[in-house]
Amino acid sequence: MTQTDTRVGPAAAGPAPGPARPFWTSRRRDQLAGYLFIAPQLLGSIVFVILPLILVLWYSLHEWNVLAGTFDFVGTDNYKALADDPNLGAVLRATGLFSVGLVVFNLGLALLLAVLLNQRLRGTIVFRTLFFSPVVVSLVAWTIVWGFLLQDNGGVNGLLDTVGVDGPNWLRGEGTAMVSVIVVQVFKNVGLNMVLFLAALQGVPAELYEAAEVDGASRMRQFWRITVPLISPTILLTSIITVVGSLQVFAQIAVLTQGGPGTSTTVLVYYLYQQAFQFHHFGYGATLSIVLFAIVLALTVLQWQMRKRWVFHES
Amino acid sequence: MNRDLSRRTKLVLYGVLLVLAIPFVFPTWWMVTSSLKPVADIFAFPPQLLPTNPRFDAYQRVFELQPFGQQYLNSLYIALVVTVGTMAVAALAGYAFARIRFRGQNVLFLVVLAGLLIPSEVTIVPLFQMFFKLGLVDTHWPLILVPIFGAPSVLATFIMRQFFISLPGELEEAARVDGLGRFATFWRIALPLSRPALGAVAIFTFLHSWNLYLEPIVFLSSPEKFTLPQALTQFVDAYGGPMWDVQMAAASMTALPVLVVFVIAQKQFVEGLAHTGLKG
Repeated sequence: MTQTDTRVGPAAAGPAPGPARPFWTSRRRDQLAGYLFIAPQLLGSIVFVILPLILVLWYSLHEWNVLAGTFDFVGTDNYKALADDPNLGAVLRATGLFSVGLVVFNLGLALLLAVLLNQRLRGTIVFRTLFFSPVVVSLVAWTIVWGFLLQDNGGVNGLLDTVGVDGPNWLRGEGTAMVSVIVVQVFKNVGLNMVLFLAALQGVPAELYEAAEVDGASRMRQFWRITVPLISPTILLTSIITVVGSLQVFAQIAVLTQGGPGTSTTVLVYYLYQQAFQFHHFGYGATLSIVLFAIVLALTVLQWQMRKRWVFHES
Repeated sequence: MNRDLSRRTKLVLYGVLLVLAIPFVFPTWWMVTSSLKPVADIFAFPPQLLPTNPRFDAYQRVFELQPFGQQYLNSLYIALVVTVGTMAVAALAGYAFARIRFRGQNVLFLVVLAGLLIPSEVTIVPLFQMFFKLGLVDTHWPLILVPIFGAPSVLATFIMRQFFISLPGELEEAARVDGLGRFATFWRIALPLSRPALGAVAIFTFLHSWNLYLEPIVFLSSPEKFTLPQALTQFVDAYGGPMWDVQMAAASMTALPVLVVFVIAQKQFVEGLAHTGLKG
């Protein structure tokens, strides 16, 4: 860096004493370029991320009636209302269930598909494309089709009927609605994680397996002792992406179940949307936003801490 | 696990893969074929895998029931503007954070990275209020400005930074010895080399914008300003029940541009994805 600096621009060459030295040395020009380059992203982050985050905190301390046009400071009233909200337990439970179900099923299936496609088989590219294809179908379109298939007289039950099983009304059942939403979401996006896992698997040196083979280790044992540790950075990455993504789920709920039946699929973002934009409780909506932020923050910190314990670094 | 397999193992594996592929492929197949069937046939039992006499009148009704052509254009131009804008913002910032030394760099990078931690859903209430005060509710501005400059572009900036860090420095050094300024070095040397990362960013961003749902339903209220995901859910009859054939036709048309983008850029997409994954 410094070497080039001294070569670019005559002013920078040599100590150049006296007032002849221009203000815009290449070093300074470089600094300016740095600030200019990051300016759009930095200003965007401040205006559209940091400032709204501060505002959401501020709003959560207010009672805000849009229709009456009032905006009154109420201190921690919204947080007390939160603690007394009879729906909060169900909402957090639904959010937690969705996240856990999604992460377990998504990562499990992604890893299974990646391992299968990493075998010496012809046509794995075709299968990879098939498993990946829902990623490119628009989310709402995909969700609408599944909503259709999961109806009482829809395609899934039609299929079950042919094997003599009387399927439930998936989206209207307390016990089945959440499972359905999770399954629809997993098939939509598991291809992304699958591709990440495939890339990681291809980076595992074959000699390790050969050595394990010589030692007589079973396939299962090889998987747990070689594959999983070596791809653990990717497992961490995908699990963070998937958990954070699972907390943001909205369209699927809005299209498939509208949070029902009852509140069984009312996840946090959907509840936030209902409170703020359907019932116009903006102050309470802001309070729910803070809850969402706190959960995302806590999970990210937790996962970051855990990385030391289970991420294997090859070094 | 790249070892040769026995014939029997191979057959079993193919069987497993085929069964697993059903829930991935069938919905899309069903969407397209149903759009060509009369409603009665959609519910026919046993289900018809192929329409007996395909017809296109559902496709016609899509355009009669809503300003669907306009909505299609809305989604397309928003996605394109957001994609190009994000590429520019992210490439510039990613390059500076990776390759230029300036005071306060690390702190500023942390400020930007906060966007990764704060999902846009957390800030939707104040963002709505900001755009409301500016008189920009029921316009496309929130759907364009926030993704380009706000939280969604931070991931793109991060991806670009990781890529630029991995570039060998000699090329740039040479360019600078030849007297190129920072922007010229970026534009003529670094940017052309970053095509894989840019491609991945482009496709991610396009997909993200194309799928956006919460933001459009929060910000937009006039049907002629709607985007496609929003429009898809509006095809209902007088009783609020979905018009299935029309919905499936509209949904099929929604999938088309992404499919085209994907077919053209599949290699880049998968490689870019794998690349960013390995970097993480």
